[in-house]
Amino acid sequence: MEKLRSIEQFKLFQDKCRREFEEYPLVISVCQGASCRAAGSEEVANVFEKLTTGSSDIRFIKSGCQGFCEYGPLSVVRPANIFYHMVKPGDVTDIMRSTKEEDEVVDRLLYTHPGTGEKLGREHEIEFYSKQHRIVLALNGYVDPLRIDDYLAHGGYSALAKALQVMEPGHIIEEMIEANLRGRGGAGYPAGWKWKSCKEAPGDRRHIICNADEGDPGAFMDQAVLEGNPHSVIEGMLIGAYAIGGTNGYIYIRHEYPQAVKTFSAALDKARELGLLGDNILGTDFSFDIDMTFGAGSFVCGESSALMRSLDGQVGEPRDKFTHATEKGFHDEPTTLNNVETWANVPHIINKGAKWFRGIGTEGSPGTKVFSLVGKVNNTGLIEVPMGTSLREIVYDIGGGIKKDGKFKAVQTGGPSGGMLPESKLNLPVDFDALTDAGSMMGSGGMIVMDEHTCVVDVAKYFIDFLIDESCGKCLPCREGLRQMSKILHRICDGQGKLKDINDLEELAETVAATALCGLGKSAPNPVLSSIKYFRDEYTAHIVEHKCPGGVCQSLISYHIVPDLCNGCGECEEACASLAIHSVRRQKRKEGLLREIDQTLCDKCGACVQICKENAVEKRSPAVAPAGAA
Amino acid sequence: MEATGHPEMTEPASEIEREVEDLIGKWAGNPSKTIMAMLAVQEKYNWLPQEALEYISIRLGVPKGQIYHIATFYKVFSLVQRGKHILQLCTGTGCYILGSALLAKTLDKRHGIPWNGTSDDGLFTLESVNCIGACSMGPVLVVDGEYHANVTHDRVDALVKRLRKRANKEENNGEA
Ligand SMILES: Cc1cc2nc3c(=O)[nH]c(=O)nc-3n(C[C@H](O)[C@H](O)[C@H](O)COP(=O)(O)O)c2cc1C
Ligand code: SF4
Ligand code: SF4
Ligand code: FES
Ligand code: FES
Repeated sequence: MEKLRSIEQFKLFQDKCRREFEEYPLVISVCQGASCRAAGSEEVANVFEKLTTGSSDIRFIKSGCQGFCEYGPLSVVRPANIFYHMVKPGDVTDIMRSTKEEDEVVDRLLYTHPGTGEKLGREHEIEFYSKQHRIVLALNGYVDPLRIDDYLAHGGYSALAKALQVMEPGHIIEEMIEANLRGRGGAGYPAGWKWKSCKEAPGDRRHIICNADEGDPGAFMDQAVLEGNPHSVIEGMLIGAYAIGGTNGYIYIRHEYPQAVKTFSAALDKARELGLLGDNILGTDFSFDIDMTFGAGSFVCGESSALMRSLDGQVGEPRDKFTHATEKGFHDEPTTLNNVETWANVPHIINKGAKWFRGIGTEGSPGTKVFSLVGKVNNTGLIEVPMGTSLREIVYDIGGGIKKDGKFKAVQTGGPSGGMLPESKLNLPVDFDALTDAGSMMGSGGMIVMDEHTCVVDVAKYFIDFLIDESCGKCLPCREGLRQMSKILHRICDGQGKLKDINDLEELAETVAATALCGLGKSAPNPVLSSIKYFRDEYTAHIVEHKCPGGVCQSLISYHIVPDLCNGCGECEEACASLAIHSVRRQKRKEGLLREIDQTLCDKCGACVQICKENAVEKRSPAVAPAGAA
Repeated sequence: MEATGHPEMTEPASEIEREVEDLIGKWAGNPSKTIMAMLAVQEKYNWLPQEALEYISIRLGVPKGQIYHIATFYKVFSLVQRGKHILQLCTGTGCYILGSALLAKTLDKRHGIPWNGTSDDGLFTLESVNCIGACSMGPVLVVDGEYHANVTHDRVDALVKRLRKRANKEENNGEA
């Protein structure tokens, strides 16, 4: 590819990309996001690739996450938007055949509405999609992330061209302030104001950083953007750099996302080849490039000051917030750090204007937010909704309700820093301020749905233990306070808790929140405080009745084989690694002898429950004590 | 020993140093790339051999103490040799509430692969990983970088058996 040396050249090239893309009457995409890959979509793509190479009517695209991960591997045929789910390599020839015939679809691969049983063939007919508003994720599924031409064909880098051609840097910053794009990494600080103070800080160099550490241990919004539409992030950073006067760019990606690393690195190379990164971009005086660094598995390094240390090859300990990174950040020079999704919003705001952006979402939180909706809902996946959408709409309309017709218990937003919200809070809108007021947090977009078989005390313990592991250990409240809290939580889950423990937990939690140095420690108590606030009865059930209502806490449950249901097949005996299952003499069943669990040997792993086709293994809480033990 | 003052003038002397040089030579004298260099070395060897770390220390100009501090601070790094196959059980929130942690019990009791440890035969190391982004397909087990979706006790068991069988066969064929 030739370097583009002027805005005019860029526009001509963009037109050429568009024409070339439109020459194909049909586009077939296969999702290569992490869930679809885990479900075997690479094999599916291989077959498609073989059958479409050299085709002049079909453009085949390997896309980033298309959202409805639950039903991967996904494949969509456009322009008709025919949506195929759970596609296997053997289905590809059928898809190809019916795609070439007009008005034909492969019926068996269509999504069936769980309520009505109706087959829904088009993407927009499916509630999971129709209730979303996709801006950041709009091109996921439409472009091949490895082809910059695809992005250009869909208007990519137009915002950069516009910024360079007709907008003064100060004007861009005003537009960003007016748009009130609040940081999508969790804290919700307005990006425009951050940019402004960085621009105004004295210094010769200015650093522009993209935070792609995505540390929430159950969320993948940024991964989907990096893998699905990396150029939108690059374009956002370029616009930011131009507006702020940024000289050096960096992206800090967690190395646990090898595919994102590969895709983003390829995108950077392509942008450089075209002259969209480097010296004198599109023939202007603006020069900028982006260096890639990997995170090495540390949650606290997602915190901005820790990240800047890690970026410099050091141990990632946060520093106090009295120094503002916008003035003294990386190398003590003015620095602007934003999250992946924040950057990806920027080109849209520049293209369509602040007014358009403020028309979406709520007054205090304009725009959309991407969430990864996972856990015990029917439709897990990646969603993008206008701010202000209620949790109920997300869980029930988009998420399709609870798996196996179960009962909703709680939804956790904000990952380890957020809180568990009960049924009574389902009408809350997702909005930075509303969630904080309810004792949770927007966070970066993790949303974990829990049903009646989840234990809120166990989840609180899980998060605290996660944070103990991840705390840098620098300040005492975080280091010691969390350890104390963990001890109490373990005690309660083990059935050794006292009622006083609940109050002690609350007190400790409040002290840690008030005195820890960085956001990790400050927000760490949220899962504990919120679960006590909304589910106090579950804590008391553990303490007083020795009962785990969710049936999770190992010391408080026991496994039993129901004699009337067991058919004697013996599969459980085989599955039990603890050799705790044996047959009962003279108790004949259809397939063999009745089985029984020796409570003294049972390790409570649950393997027998998973394997038993008769659902004959049940959990009881409180635990039934082993015979002979008292 | 602290790093010498002449990272640019260092020459690789042994086989391992030559291998490491290929990976990190481009960052000579640039201490800010220490973590990147360590990640590259770990990717090649599966762990951080002492000789490699010493070479990084000299070549990048970073005190050895700091390299060890980094190696213990960041979770991915291993200062001990790991198994031939790396099993990573996702214990991210999505997988955890689907019961992923319980699967470790089968790996331990039946196959002698302890949580955060290596089996006696050196074949398997079991570690946890935080969300790899496939939560919809949880619980997820990553085996040598390859994702396995919706794993159960049964499937984990079959997977390890298969890998062990293959390893035994290779050994019998003298390939070790
Ligand atoms: C412990 C901790 C972990 C964090 N992890 C992340 C992360 O993984 N990704 C992210 O974008 N922000 C993370 N943040 C928030 C960042 O500190 C910072 O606020 C954010 O990246 C700024 O970008 P934004 O304004 O665009 O959101 C974390 C904060 C804390 C305290
Ligand atoms: S709050 Fe925890 S993680 Fe944050 S600086 Fe203190 S010790 Fe480190
Ligand atoms: S729960 Fe696990 S250890 Fe207990 S009987 Fe079932 S398979 Fe065996
Ligand atoms: S990974 Fe394919 S839809 Fe999310
Ligand atoms: S929590 Fe396991 S893949 Fe996300």
